[in-house]
Amino acid sequence: MSDGPTPARTIAARAVDLRKTYGKQEAEVRALDGVSIDVYEGEFTAVMGPSGSGKSTLMHLLAALDNATSGSVFIGDTELSGLNDKQLTRLRRDDVGFVFQAFNLVPTLTAEENILLPLSIAGRKPDPAWYDEVIDTVGLRDRLRHRPNEMSGGQQQRVAAARALVGRPTIVFADEPTGNLDSTSGAEVLSFLQHSVRELGQTVVMVTHDPVAASYTDRVVFLADGKVVDEMRAPTPETVLERMAKIQMRALETAAAAEGGAA
Amino acid sequence: MLRVTLRNLLARKVRLLMSAFAIVLGVAFVAGTLIFTDTMSKSFDGIIEGSTADVTVRAEGTGSWEQAPSADTRTIPASVVDELRELPGVARADGTVQSQSLTLVGSDGKLVAGFGPPTLSFNYDEAPAMTGEQMVVVSEGRPPSADGEVAIDATSAEKGGYEVGDTVTLVSAGDQPTLEATLVGLAQFGGGSMAGASLVLFDVGYAQDLFLDGKDVYNAVSLTADDGATPQEVAYEAEKVLPDGFEAATGDAVAAESEDAIGEILGFLTTILLVFAGIAIVVGTFLIINTFSILVAQRSRELALLRALGASRRQVSRSVLIEALVVGLIGSTVGVLLGIGLAHGLTALFKSFGLDVSDTPLVISPRTWVVGYVVGLLVTLVAAYLPARRASRVAPVAAMRDDVALPESSMRLRMLVGAVLVVIGAGLVWLGLSGVDNGAWYVGGGVLAILIGVSLMSPLLSHPVLVALGGLFRPFGLVGRMATQNALRNPRRTAATASALMIGLTLVTTMSILGSSVNKSVDVGVTKEFTSDFLLTNPVGAPFSTSIAEEIRGIDGVGDVVEAQFVPASVEGSFAGLTATDPAELFSMFELDATADTLAADEVAVREDTAEERGLEVGDTIEVTTQSGDYPMTVAGTFPESNVVSNYVTSFGFVDRVKLSREDSFVAVTAAPGRSGADIEDPVRDVVADIPTVVVQTQDEFIESQRDQINTILMLINALLGLAIVIAALGIVNTLALSVIERTREVGLLRAVGMSRRQLRRMVRLEAVAIAVLGAVLGIAMGLVFGVVLQRALEDEGITELSIPYTTLVVYVLIAAVVGVLAAVFPALRASRLNVLRAIATE
Repeated sequence: MSDGPTPARTIAARAVDLRKTYGKQEAEVRALDGVSIDVYEGEFTAVMGPSGSGKSTLMHLLAALDNATSGSVFIGDTELSGLNDKQLTRLRRDDVGFVFQAFNLVPTLTAEENILLPLSIAGRKPDPAWYDEVIDTVGLRDRLRHRPNEMSGGQQQRVAAARALVGRPTIVFADEPTGNLDSTSGAEVLSFLQHSVRELGQTVVMVTHDPVAASYTDRVVFLADGKVVDEMRAPTPETVLERMAKIQMRALETAAAAEGGAA
Repeated sequence: MLRVTLRNLLARKVRLLMSAFAIVLGVAFVAGTLIFTDTMSKSFDGIIEGSTADVTVRAEGTGSWEQAPSADTRTIPASVVDELRELPGVARADGTVQSQSLTLVGSDGKLVAGFGPPTLSFNYDEAPAMTGEQMVVVSEGRPPSADGEVAIDATSAEKGGYEVGDTVTLVSAGDQPTLEATLVGLAQFGGGSMAGASLVLFDVGYAQDLFLDGKDVYNAVSLTADDGATPQEVAYEAEKVLPDGFEAATGDAVAAESEDAIGEILGFLTTILLVFAGIAIVVGTFLIINTFSILVAQRSRELALLRALGASRRQVSRSVLIEALVVGLIGSTVGVLLGIGLAHGLTALFKSFGLDVSDTPLVISPRTWVVGYVVGLLVTLVAAYLPARRASRVAPVAAMRDDVALPESSMRLRMLVGAVLVVIGAGLVWLGLSGVDNGAWYVGGGVLAILIGVSLMSPLLSHPVLVALGGLFRPFGLVGRMATQNALRNPRRTAATASALMIGLTLVTTMSILGSSVNKSVDVGVTKEFTSDFLLTNPVGAPFSTSIAEEIRGIDGVGDVVEAQFVPASVEGSFAGLTATDPAELFSMFELDATADTLAADEVAVREDTAEERGLEVGDTIEVTTQSGDYPMTVAGTFPESNVVSNYVTSFGFVDRVKLSREDSFVAVTAAPGRSGADIEDPVRDVVADIPTVVVQTQDEFIESQRDQINTILMLINALLGLAIVIAALGIVNTLALSVIERTREVGLLRAVGMSRRQLRRMVRLEAVAIAVLGAVLGIAMGLVFGVVLQRALEDEGITELSIPYTTLVVYVLIAAVVGVLAAVFPALRASRLNVLRAIATE
């Protein structure tokens, strides 16, 4: 069901037979049930799936925010399971960028300070050329001195995206970055992410359930019930929607069959 | 609705405990004070009733507990005692010979008794007290029955290292400065408790030899009523046969007098302790207001939901108040229980000062519980009222919004109220210092009003201080900057938290400035006025034998020796000590230019400032009342201000006139012309080497001893104020812990973008330091103002010099910073332990 062979490329992040369960025994919930995925460098990847499919869990594990029950995660060549908190903190700081759905900025800091936050924490200075490029791409040069509460939701989210990029991380994760935005603001943010991949050569993984958002990416991975069920390249809103509908239908059939069997 | 409230309480146990803790401390202090003073009171009542006869015959004006330190020379002949014994209704009459000028010296040469409680010396007899029990019982050995024998109380024996059969040493104010006697028995009051007092018992004849020149006379007589007679009847009969100047008082009357006198001292103690309790409670109130404000702010969404579901405003505010009520109830209960522990502590503390009431079980009266609950509940409800009212103003629609901001009271109104309070407070302080009655209360109230006023205005005042601190945090980079920003984020919350510390430090600073100014004033005054080479005094104030001065006069190289005896008296109705001395010698030694230096027994010289204050002029007659009666005195002259001499000076003739025995309260010694003080120091010290009650001091030693006294008082006050600081520190813990919870998502974000646990902890710690230093800076600034104003106001009372202990103040700021660091330990740990993922996911 894949869209042809994948060209050989460098892998930015990789999950191998990843499992994550919550609760114990009968109450056990399998959020991820053996997911293996490669994220390629210089690509904009979307992870899609209905609610409860495990897409957010997958992202949290890939981004070193949470520990897997079993399986392994690599960022670049580094295996995460062997790292202690200090090393994980350093990894998040230096190799990973984040854009969250909301509450993305520190309210007491200006836009510029928020963008430079990871570098300041690390005690590093930004590469001036790269910094200028990011700021210009994000289009917020005249807003740098503003506090988050003086900016629109779209602007705030672009600041968050700029922050994720400014340290040139190996990979950027975005968790429903447009979930709280109107469509115009959402488009701004998505264009920026797309631009940062195509023009600046960054690697971005985005979790979303919006087919329009997914259409900005190069590759869409579909998740259902904690498993990778499908994947697609060069998506459009229509093809994504179609594929999502199929997955939903299959899920409904399975559920109905299970119920029939139980009855 | 009630269930929702209670669920909320249970869900926030830690916060509940923290805010309850402030109440606990305040209530504990109040309850501890009440329990302790009740216990003291009961202990004294027991002693008094156990040591007072049915009827006491005594010289008029001698309340049993308020005696002059010098012995009264009015006596009752033995023949009168025999007459009393034959009166109808009298079962027995026991003559008493007593003195308070003996002091027991331990086998190690040190004084046995402490500073407070007296050493009571009298003859042993088997007279029963009004309770029917024998007043004094011998518990070991036998009663003294011959010259050279004594019995003392068991505690003193233990402290002095004596056993029955040993030879004990006593220091007296009589002709013989020291005397030795064989210890034949251990005794105690029949009532049991001793309250730390020491007993020395003699055979009647021996006591008469020691105290009454061997005459067969008595100081007082204890009468015991027959079964058929009431004390009133006995007293009435006794009055008929008594010589002039003597009275017969019933046991109840004597006990009431004593209890009044003790009640006054205890009342004073209670007031002081309660003032500190009050400070603790005011500071605690800030903590509770802050906690409830934050809790309400954090729950605003939930409260809005309740409103959206149909809860009325009143229900919402009531739910907050009920929460406060429960917190108050728990806090008060624990507080009273802790107060019992505190009373134990106070008992131990006073025992170490010599006032031992530990053999009386603690008295926990119902009043203590009632007061504890009333204080605890009232404070909590008052403190929770404003947050509760604010909670009720949450709009129901807020439940649907993401970020809920509670309506905040207007800053302008707050500033206005604060400013008005400061002005009113300043007015009260001014009024209090300008010499109205009960001025201390005006000053206290005024200070409180100013403190609360400044606390209200502190959100605005805090801004520049925090910004300046931000500059200091620059080396910490972004972490420091974020810490400052976090402190500035909610100025009210930061300011309220800092205010608690501010109040504590304002008072500590004021006291430090006053203490340091008093010390400096003493230095200056003593250097100027202490013109003798040596001063001999008794640190407890008890007089000593005149033979000491006599012996010093005989030393080769000694020049002038001036003796003086203090006579406690009231002049025109207010208490004042009279110095009886050789006026000419005294004035010349201390270089005082007096207008009259030979005084008769009915003449007095008045210090210039006192004369001016009271409008006295030469030739005026003043009424002086001592224990033996009223004595008119003529003002014969005035002398310049001095701290060495008391307000009134008269001649030794006066001592005789008021029927006291001649003793010395202080002796001043200078070297003869051509000889230095160092030449005669050793021989002078040798004279009193065996008399530990008398100390020889040079000018430096005198200053040192004065300083020691002041510093001890200062330390005690600061220790009590330390309680306020502890509560303030708890306030910082609470605010930070709650802020961390409030900023869970932000903390998660910071961790997610790579902030290490250590950096996060540092951020929280720096915020705590910022709050603490803010409180310290505001407090010290206000303390400086108060200290300087009070020093200026008390200039006439002898605090002539202003001294600001800058080093100490800097140390206070550093201590505050340390308090901040310590207060941040728990919240910082909590912040750094937050699970990153959960922090981000938290709604």
